[in-house]
Amino acid sequence: MAGVGLGPLRAMGRQALVLLALCATGARGLYFHIGETEKRCFIEEIPDETMVIGNYRTQMWDKQKEVFLPSTPGLGMHVEVKDPDGKVVLSRQYGSEGRFTFTSHTPGDHQICLHSNSTRMALFAGGKLRVHLDIQVGEHANNYPEIAAKDKLTELQLRARQLLDQVEQIQKEQDYQRYREERFRLTSESTNQRVLWWSIAQTVILILTGIWQMRHLKSFFEAKKLV
Amino acid sequence: MPRLGYAQLFALLLLVPGPGGASEITFELPDNAKQCFYEDIAQGTKCTLEFQVITGGHYDVDCRLEDPDGKVLYKEMKKQYDSFTFTASKNGTYKFCFSNEFSTFTHKTVYFDFQVGEDPPLFPSENRVSALTQMESACVSIHEALKSVIDYQTHFRLREAQGRSRAEDLNTRVAYWSVGEALILLVVSIGQVFLLKSFFSDKRTTTTRVGS
Repeated sequence: MAGVGLGPLRAMGRQALVLLALCATGARGLYFHIGETEKRCFIEEIPDETMVIGNYRTQMWDKQKEVFLPSTPGLGMHVEVKDPDGKVVLSRQYGSEGRFTFTSHTPGDHQICLHSNSTRMALFAGGKLRVHLDIQVGEHANNYPEIAAKDKLTELQLRARQLLDQVEQIQKEQDYQRYREERFRLTSESTNQRVLWWSIAQTVILILTGIWQMRHLKSFFEAKKLV
Repeated sequence: MPRLGYAQLFALLLLVPGPGGASEITFELPDNAKQCFYEDIAQGTKCTLEFQVITGGHYDVDCRLEDPDGKVLYKEMKKQYDSFTFTASKNGTYKFCFSNEFSTFTHKTVYFDFQVGEDPPLFPSENRVSALTQMESACVSIHEALKSVIDYQTHFRLREAQGRSRAEDLNTRVAYWSVGEALILLVVSIGQVFLLKSFFSDKRTTTTRVGS
């Protein structure tokens, strides 16, 4: 063993570092920690016919080395997406690294829930999992280099396409805004109505109970020969 | 695999954080809970953290932003909305946490937008040698303007969601209050009458005894 020398080991170390660096570029961005049975939900309030793309990458905590492993095969995440009416739009199991897509058909709050289904975690990981998450909505979800290659667009045409997509998103958001404002107005008008009817009803009940009290007591005192 | 020196490896690691981007997330924060998010940021990157509480209780949350050494860069208690810009002074993992630990039973919905550096360019292999043509620079300025329009729309949507949440709370509260108060009124007025009657019935027996 001694005859082999440190050369190959050093080379392996370098390769591992490069691999680590390359892995880190894979899904850079925001990450958070999640427990074993914990379910994390995110809300996306979006207009209808909007595409949402989510990318995630998980890393398991290695208790012995006190570090997060770069990638863990066999670790799965369950992704569940519910639309504003509570109906499940997407409910799928993905691997340790995944990408989920859905398109909204009703405007409103969509709920994206992630939870791990792995039972190995408690044994090896000390119950900690690092999840890198990136959710892109609407125009941000478009992959422009891919579109340019597919439709063979020049640079200027691609820029124009991006502007068109942005304007379309703004338009959809404005339509959604109109729908939300209507809901808000209905709620406010309902409150207004309720307050109006309540004050009238309250006054009527007060007067009626006052009259009843007087008559009842009067007949009571007359019966007792006190009046 | 070509043999890389350690200098090249270090250079590669520095390239890791890359062009940056934005993360916009809305999540639910249960009562007495704290949720933290982390991001690896390269030195010199200008970052902005913006958050807003959409629904729940008094619409406030505690927020805390720490640099890789644990030094607190931003700490605010019970804030409804805030925006904080900073430039990363060192490489490493920056952590920001939202806490609802002061609340006993209301859970909050919090929105945050964490912008790191500039948005990635449209053309990944963009290393411009020639200047942009007039058309292209017009496109770039329109793109920036539309980005701010979308940003304002998001703010407006959040404010409207907050207002709507308050209005719906008010609506249900008015409904319960009106029914509850009507019931209490009836119970109290009937109870008063019977209580009064009970006073007089005791008095009558004592007066008759005295009389005879």
